[in-house]
Amino acid sequence: MVTASAYEVRGVHKTYSRDGVRANDGVDLDVAPGEVFGLLGPNGAGKSTLVRALIGLQRPDRGDIRLFGHDLVAEPSIAARLVAYLAQDEPALSELPVHLAVSTTARLRGLSRRAASSHADDVVGELGLDTIASTPLTRLSGGQRRLACFAAALAADRPVLLLDEPTSGLDPIARRSVWSAIRRRREQRGTTVVLVTHNVLEAEAVLDRVAVLDRGRVIACDSPGRLKAAVSDDVRLELVWRDRAPTDLPAVASLAVRARVDGRRWSVRLPQVEARDALGQLMSGPALAALDDFTLATPTLEDVYLALGGRDDDLERA
Amino acid sequence: MTGVHAVETRADVTPAPMTGWWAAASAVFAGQVARVRVARGPLLFVATLQSIGILVLLRGVIRHPDRVTASAVVAGTTVLVVAFVALNLLAQRFGAWRAARALDYYAALPVRASAVVLGAAASYATFTVPGAVVTAVIGVLAFSLPLAHLWLVLPVIVCAGVALAGVGAVLGLLMPRAELATVAGQLGMTAVLFLGVIPPSHLPVVARAFRAAVPSALAVDALAAGLRGPVDPAGTAWRLAVTLAIGAVALAVAGRLLRRAVQQ
Repeated sequence: MVTASAYEVRGVHKTYSRDGVRANDGVDLDVAPGEVFGLLGPNGAGKSTLVRALIGLQRPDRGDIRLFGHDLVAEPSIAARLVAYLAQDEPALSELPVHLAVSTTARLRGLSRRAASSHADDVVGELGLDTIASTPLTRLSGGQRRLACFAAALAADRPVLLLDEPTSGLDPIARRSVWSAIRRRREQRGTTVVLVTHNVLEAEAVLDRVAVLDRGRVIACDSPGRLKAAVSDDVRLELVWRDRAPTDLPAVASLAVRARVDGRRWSVRLPQVEARDALGQLMSGPALAALDDFTLATPTLEDVYLALGGRDDDLERA
Repeated sequence: MTGVHAVETRADVTPAPMTGWWAAASAVFAGQVARVRVARGPLLFVATLQSIGILVLLRGVIRHPDRVTASAVVAGTTVLVVAFVALNLLAQRFGAWRAARALDYYAALPVRASAVVLGAAASYATFTVPGAVVTAVIGVLAFSLPLAHLWLVLPVIVCAGVALAGVGAVLGLLMPRAELATVAGQLGMTAVLFLGVIPPSHLPVVARAFRAAVPSALAVDALAAGLRGPVDPAGTAWRLAVTLAIGAVALAVAGRLLRRAVQQ
């Protein structure tokens, strides 16, 4: 079957009756086959609710979701036959040894016992989990456990991977393993990948396109490069004060009203000309004496998010 | 929003078939057996010790037990091991899974909910076998009952295991909170204890009605009757068939509750 989109999402609304929270408020998006597509936003933006609808676990109140042309709202069970899903946590696997967690998942996706075991051997080896293959997930570190759950998601090769924060808690080496595995599947099998992240640097590095969610709505959707181009005239000025910021100085006071303050750290997005002027004023006299460090950086997806009116709650920059 | 990237795909996007019912149930079973082996050993020991303790206690209290009383005590304590694991622990397991959203894992796989419930229930029921057999053997020896009909323990464990595991799964999936599932499992096990160990003829009329509602009651009766004397094949088969049917209905209900729990 050949379709223009892997996922077509139109006007998806979901309100939780228990607390009246509108988690999805008219979400529209398209994911192309073979694309690595991201959902970026802070906690509470509606990402996980949308993901549960994309895997058929939760029916939207309104709207239409199609997966390779199949109507997921009318027939949610079709998602399980096309999509491998990695939730934020997999407590169902927690007491299983790593290899058994992967092979059980493969068997539940229809592989025979022997094929599932062989497939688990491959995936465990690919992700470098051989040495802990017989260790129950509960006895692993958080990062190892996450990697083992990711291995289970890769079991039995589905055409779509739906991954909710796959690299959360992973060290840099494990992150690279995850991204290598995803790239291999995309290149060799044309696997479509939809992933949730609130790490802006990761989103910029690995995604073909990203939908930025805020308060249940998609406020932007494009490639990271094109989204950043929308705010390319700006730069981000990061300031670290030695003690407290000298807000009695006019130059500092003018920055204070626009800064995101995190203790001694200030972060201000400014047009390039204004940033140059501000730095000129900060580089002398009492302002310089109070300054511990500063950096000037090109905009990130976080700046895009803020420029579009998003709340800066908890996007990660690490 | 911008247009979709045109990316050539080589992925086969034909939906995979649903995994066969038995294949799914056996995969869940195998996974749970491994999990229980890792995590539940001490609890299985406690389940067996608890039943043996009750056996010894009653043997000490009853100086000259008649065969009806002796067989009822042995059958009741044997099935109590099954109840501890298949009803109590399984109710806790499903309650915990539901609270932790672990059921999403199964719901996102191409398997039927009833296969998941059966696989999990069967694994818990299987783990009751050693403890129930040990309890029955000790009970038969302690109460000087004939050993000839001890084979009946195995079909009784299977049928009572299905029924009690079905009820345990329903309780675990029905309760809105994990703590309530634990309480429900404990209460269910207590009902099996009191209404199973005491011979029906010794119970007041009201309690007899409650006893009839306990899903394992007929399995206890079948085992007690077998331990007393010659096995009545038709009567035993009928009692165990009804017990199995109760279990099948409970498992079917649990499958529906699992789907509902995921949607909530």
